[in-house]
Amino acid sequence: MSVAPPLLAVEGLTKSYGGIHAVRGVAFSLRAGEILALIGPNGAGKSTCFDMLNGQNKPDSGHVRLNGEDVTGKKPREIWRLGVGRTFQITATFATMTVRENVQVALISHQKQLFNLWGSAPRFDRDEAGRLLELVGMGGYADRPCGELAYGDLKRLELAVALANEPKLLLMDEPTAGMAPRERVDLMRLTAHIAREKSIGVLFTEHDMDVVFEHADRIIVLNRGTLIAEGSPAEVRGNPQVQAVYLGEGLVYDARHREGTSA
Amino acid sequence: MAFYVVQFLTGLASAASLFLVASGLSIIFGVTRIVNFAHGAFYMIGAYIAFTLTDRFAGAFGFWGGIVAAALAVALIGVVVEMVLLRRIYHAPELFQLLATFGLTLMVEDLVVLIWGPDDLLGPRAPGFKGAVDFFGQNIPSYDLFLIVLGPVVLGILWLLFQRTRWGVLVRAATQDRDMVAALGVNQKWLFTSVFAVGVFLAALGGALQIPRDAVHHAMDLRIIVEVFVVVVIGGLGSIVGAFVAAVLVSELNAFGILIFPKISIILVFLVMAVVLIVRPWGLFGRPEAPARKTPGLTVNPWRPLTSNERLAALAVLVVAAMLPLVAGNYVLTVGSEIAIFVIFAVSLHFLMSVGGLASFGHAAYFGLGAYGIAFLAKMAGLPMIVCLLLGPLLGCLGAAVFGFFAVQLSGVYFAMLTLAFAQIVWSIAFQWVSVTGGDNGILGVWPEKWAASPSHFYWLALGVAALVTIALRIAVFSPFGYALRATRDSALRSEAIGINAKRIRWTAFVIAGTTAGIGGALFAYLKGSVFPDNLGISLSVDALVMVLLGGVETVSGAVIGAIVYKALNIWLVSQTDLSKLVLGAFIVLIVVVFPKGIVGMLEMLAQRRGNASPPGSALLAKPIESAE
Repeated sequence: MSVAPPLLAVEGLTKSYGGIHAVRGVAFSLRAGEILALIGPNGAGKSTCFDMLNGQNKPDSGHVRLNGEDVTGKKPREIWRLGVGRTFQITATFATMTVRENVQVALISHQKQLFNLWGSAPRFDRDEAGRLLELVGMGGYADRPCGELAYGDLKRLELAVALANEPKLLLMDEPTAGMAPRERVDLMRLTAHIAREKSIGVLFTEHDMDVVFEHADRIIVLNRGTLIAEGSPAEVRGNPQVQAVYLGEGLVYDARHREGTSA
Repeated sequence: MAFYVVQFLTGLASAASLFLVASGLSIIFGVTRIVNFAHGAFYMIGAYIAFTLTDRFAGAFGFWGGIVAAALAVALIGVVVEMVLLRRIYHAPELFQLLATFGLTLMVEDLVVLIWGPDDLLGPRAPGFKGAVDFFGQNIPSYDLFLIVLGPVVLGILWLLFQRTRWGVLVRAATQDRDMVAALGVNQKWLFTSVFAVGVFLAALGGALQIPRDAVHHAMDLRIIVEVFVVVVIGGLGSIVGAFVAAVLVSELNAFGILIFPKISIILVFLVMAVVLIVRPWGLFGRPEAPARKTPGLTVNPWRPLTSNERLAALAVLVVAAMLPLVAGNYVLTVGSEIAIFVIFAVSLHFLMSVGGLASFGHAAYFGLGAYGIAFLAKMAGLPMIVCLLLGPLLGCLGAAVFGFFAVQLSGVYFAMLTLAFAQIVWSIAFQWVSVTGGDNGILGVWPEKWAASPSHFYWLALGVAALVTIALRIAVFSPFGYALRATRDSALRSEAIGINAKRIRWTAFVIAGTTAGIGGALFAYLKGSVFPDNLGISLSVDALVMVLLGGVETVSGAVIGAIVYKALNIWLVSQTDLSKLVLGAFIVLIVVVFPKGIVGMLEMLAQRRGNASPPGSALLAKPIESAE
């Protein structure tokens, strides 16, 4: 048994709010370099699940393991130090800094210079900051105030920030929400390209099925807090349960439904 | 045993007024999200008006009618204040709301002296409750028993009001989600106004009911507001039950604290508050607040370091300032030294408030601690001046390390309330611990040594230190640490997600700011030759806030300009009028409402408009205040 543990392994993840089971016994794993999509209808528990992976939220039970190390219940900043980058559904950036400075702050943190009172932050590792911004196609925007960026650009900036600590795993919560269709495709192509090149594992949630089916190596489907399907895009697309969840059971007049054995 | 029971009952009686005021503050906060610093002022006006009414109309009807009429009259004043002032700033950043209501407090302090005079006023005793009840040989005033009953009765009435009336349902709904209530077609304006009126009524009633127990005087607003802040921090802002429980707790701690630490009874309250903050940072009955609005947030212009030309210009200004002793006399030089010291004080607060988004309402505590540090070292240990100047500020550093640890557990309005309470605690210690601090008489005879004694030498010393401190903090603003601090201010979510431990960063910033303020205080002690409790008083804390605000809270160099302009104006003003608080308070309100960017902020905006010819028609002051959301 000398098989290396998977990059991310989730077992029996459970969280309830009051009497509502937001997430129930979710288990899956993710290899390095793999792009895994977590999909499901609104209220399926995707965001709750996501927040438990990077420590934003604490699970009631279950485990999250990174390269075999148990990180359940650790704080987001501790998990980040273990090489997990994160982007948010609603972008979170530093509005009073320039685009470059946003990346520089992440670099400062990564290089453990947070308590350096003497150096110059605007001059801190400009090369690496510039390289990251070029990577996401934001090189020309480096000196722009972050507060006046268009939403799609903020999403790309977040990706650059998330890449600053040379992550092994990227967690992207609805990376293309609020973007124009062209931009969505571009951003996910870019992400997929970076992930494959650097062998970064990517877990993302998404509502845009075009994005999901084009880029995901594998898809897991969440409904009412439980995993109902897992597999390649083709398998998930053909899964009747997934179809029922997405199209609504009332509309699917298949034999099973008529017999009253609802899913 | 009987003694302890009586002590307990005295505590319960004191809790009644405290509960009334605290519940009013909580209700207002719950709906409007404004922490009404002026709540103590309304309490005080309630007491003054009740004094006048009960003085004029004797008898049971005159007394009780007077108390209620006083509360109603103050509620009416509250309505006017809400409609004229608060409606303009509901969408402003928190800091501006806190400052505006604080400005109001300052104005009221001078107004009551103007109307009722500076002397303590003794109210009549309550008809029907004039005697005392004998309890195993101990006397309990029967009025205390009345208050003990009144507290739970008011709690019950409020509960009925909130549970059983349509208005109460609206208030509870708005407390949970204002926007949803507005979306459902409720007239928010009048809901806010009525809630404010009820809150102010409770505060004024609390004040009016105190007159048979305590003298009415013009400093009672600050005393009550600090206790109220402690109560709502412990009980949880927005919770009326929390206000009740915490009011009882704090009053009992005060009643029994006197037995344990007779000199510094307030320590016990502080310890309990510290424990509560660690276990439940949002109070015993409160709920965790959504992330607060960012304190600065009027513009998005990123800061940049000075260019080499600007550095040369700053150096030239410094050289000109250093030549002042060639032309000026002793008085001007002394004023110049004082201004330099206040530049140090202002830039230290700026670091915390503008860079870190942590508006401390008790920054003078660390300034004053630095001053006391000097006094102890020079007078008691007899150390040479240079050694004193190096070690004295360490007392400010120590104070900031201890209080800062607790303060940074919170942010936004809680942070402001807590820092104010801490400052008041330090002030009480300096005031009460006479054997060490000399109490009200202060510590005299702290004079500089010969080499720094002449006004010109001391001016150079103060100017040099101010320049060094300003440069050092400016370097810190643009250092990796400064950016990490700003990152925690801009987005708590993102900074945590990139490995920044916000509390540690903020604590460090607090200690830096406190130590720097201590340096200013140390020089101040030598300038004045003495140290008094006022050196760490609230008015000095407010001075610092106004200096930063006047210069421009979102600029890097605003604090320096703000300190110079404000201090010069202040010294001139005090020489011109006795009503400096009234003018100052009005000035603060004016800045907040029409001039929120401050001097440097305005200049930067003008320069920018020249630079990139912005579209015409965007009036300079259009939308002066905008939330950062």
